[in-house]
Amino acid sequence: MADEHPPLEHVERGLRATRILAIRRLLTDKGVITVAEVDDIIERARERTPADGAKVVARAWVDDAYKARLLTNARSAVAELGYRLSHDAELAVVENTADVHHLVVCTLCSCYPTSLLGPPPDWYKSFAYRQRAVVEPRAVLREFGLALAGRVRVAVVDSTADVRYLVLPRRPSGTENMAEDALAELVTRDSMIGVAAARLPR
Amino acid sequence: MGVALRAGDMVIVRTADVGHHHRTPWFVKGKAGTVRLVHGAFPNPESRAHGGDGLPKRRLCQVEFRQTDVWGKRYRGADADVVLVDMFEHWLERG
Amino acid sequence: MPAVHDRGGLPCDEPIDRAEHEWADWEHVTNALVGVLRRHGLINVDELRRGIEAMAPAEYESASYYERWSASIETLLVEKGILSQAEIDAAAAMLDARWG
Repeated sequence: MADEHPPLEHVERGLRATRILAIRRLLTDKGVITVAEVDDIIERARERTPADGAKVVARAWVDDAYKARLLTNARSAVAELGYRLSHDAELAVVENTADVHHLVVCTLCSCYPTSLLGPPPDWYKSFAYRQRAVVEPRAVLREFGLALAGRVRVAVVDSTADVRYLVLPRRPSGTENMAEDALAELVTRDSMIGVAAARLPR
Repeated sequence: MGVALRAGDMVIVRTADVGHHHRTPWFVKGKAGTVRLVHGAFPNPESRAHGGDGLPKRRLCQVEFRQTDVWGKRYRGADADVVLVDMFEHWLERG
Repeated sequence: MPAVHDRGGLPCDEPIDRAEHEWADWEHVTNALVGVLRRHGLINVDELRRGIEAMAPAEYESASYYERWSASIETLLVEKGILSQAEIDAAAAMLDARWG
């Protein structure tokens, strides 16, 4: 049985690494789970990228009715574009405007809209971000290169429960004539977490 | 619980020092806020984390707190800045 | 004192390190195992979090993200009787010996 496991060429040494691989072997050898199931999830996790979230944002930028649906019922709105969320986490979209800027953090763990953005960046899971974002969001934003005017209200979203938050960034000026797919190129992962603005067109 | 909380309701977060798993961050315990919206009902994580079935489901509210109320002088942003936290209704009392 | 996972607003003077690391194979496996075990109804995300929060504070703080997940998976599988501590120890020792 053991020989059916794919070779691990880049084994990272360490107590936990060894133990989790031992656990995988035991669970598959006992038939609790299959190797194929594990590999399938690994493969799917690799496929998810922020490009999915960017397409949702671009559609909201060009279609006001879609944006309204996205802000009130995100699950069904993203389903219109073919994105199915996992059954056990809801999605909510918060809109950044000239008056309010949202940024998202999970102070308790690492909740993140993985279905649309892929896995979170390492910094999102770091103690520094989890500790600082909620108490000094303006300093954190400056560190990420975003200086907000004092009149812009900052709203930190701490995603503590069953809802994952996606930020709808502001549409950059000078993009009035751009097509939806070109607009999607301007939507970065960080702008959908709320630590950055969308890219400016070249 | 009495009448279900609705958007606009003023609330105060309970300060219970529970020993089990829960999803209420320390920095809002005892703080006053305003319900912004109700997401709906979700299984109770305090039950599910410890082998329970999560029932009855609990309503999950998005509560807005003023940053200056939460952090006092430590907060160096604008007075209008807020933090939005999703909170299960059994952690909230009417304020 | 907030529990060790309850990090919001704890004092921190460090800048946010934005360097990304590429996931090692075992991190992919850890992430995927949670998905598979959830799909089979053997663990849920609330239990996973509870297992992470049960780590000794010093261990929680020194562990990497997926080390914490890995520790919790082990805790839960043993607690639920799906695997025994002894067989995990033995299997890990065998892998260690093979990779020498």
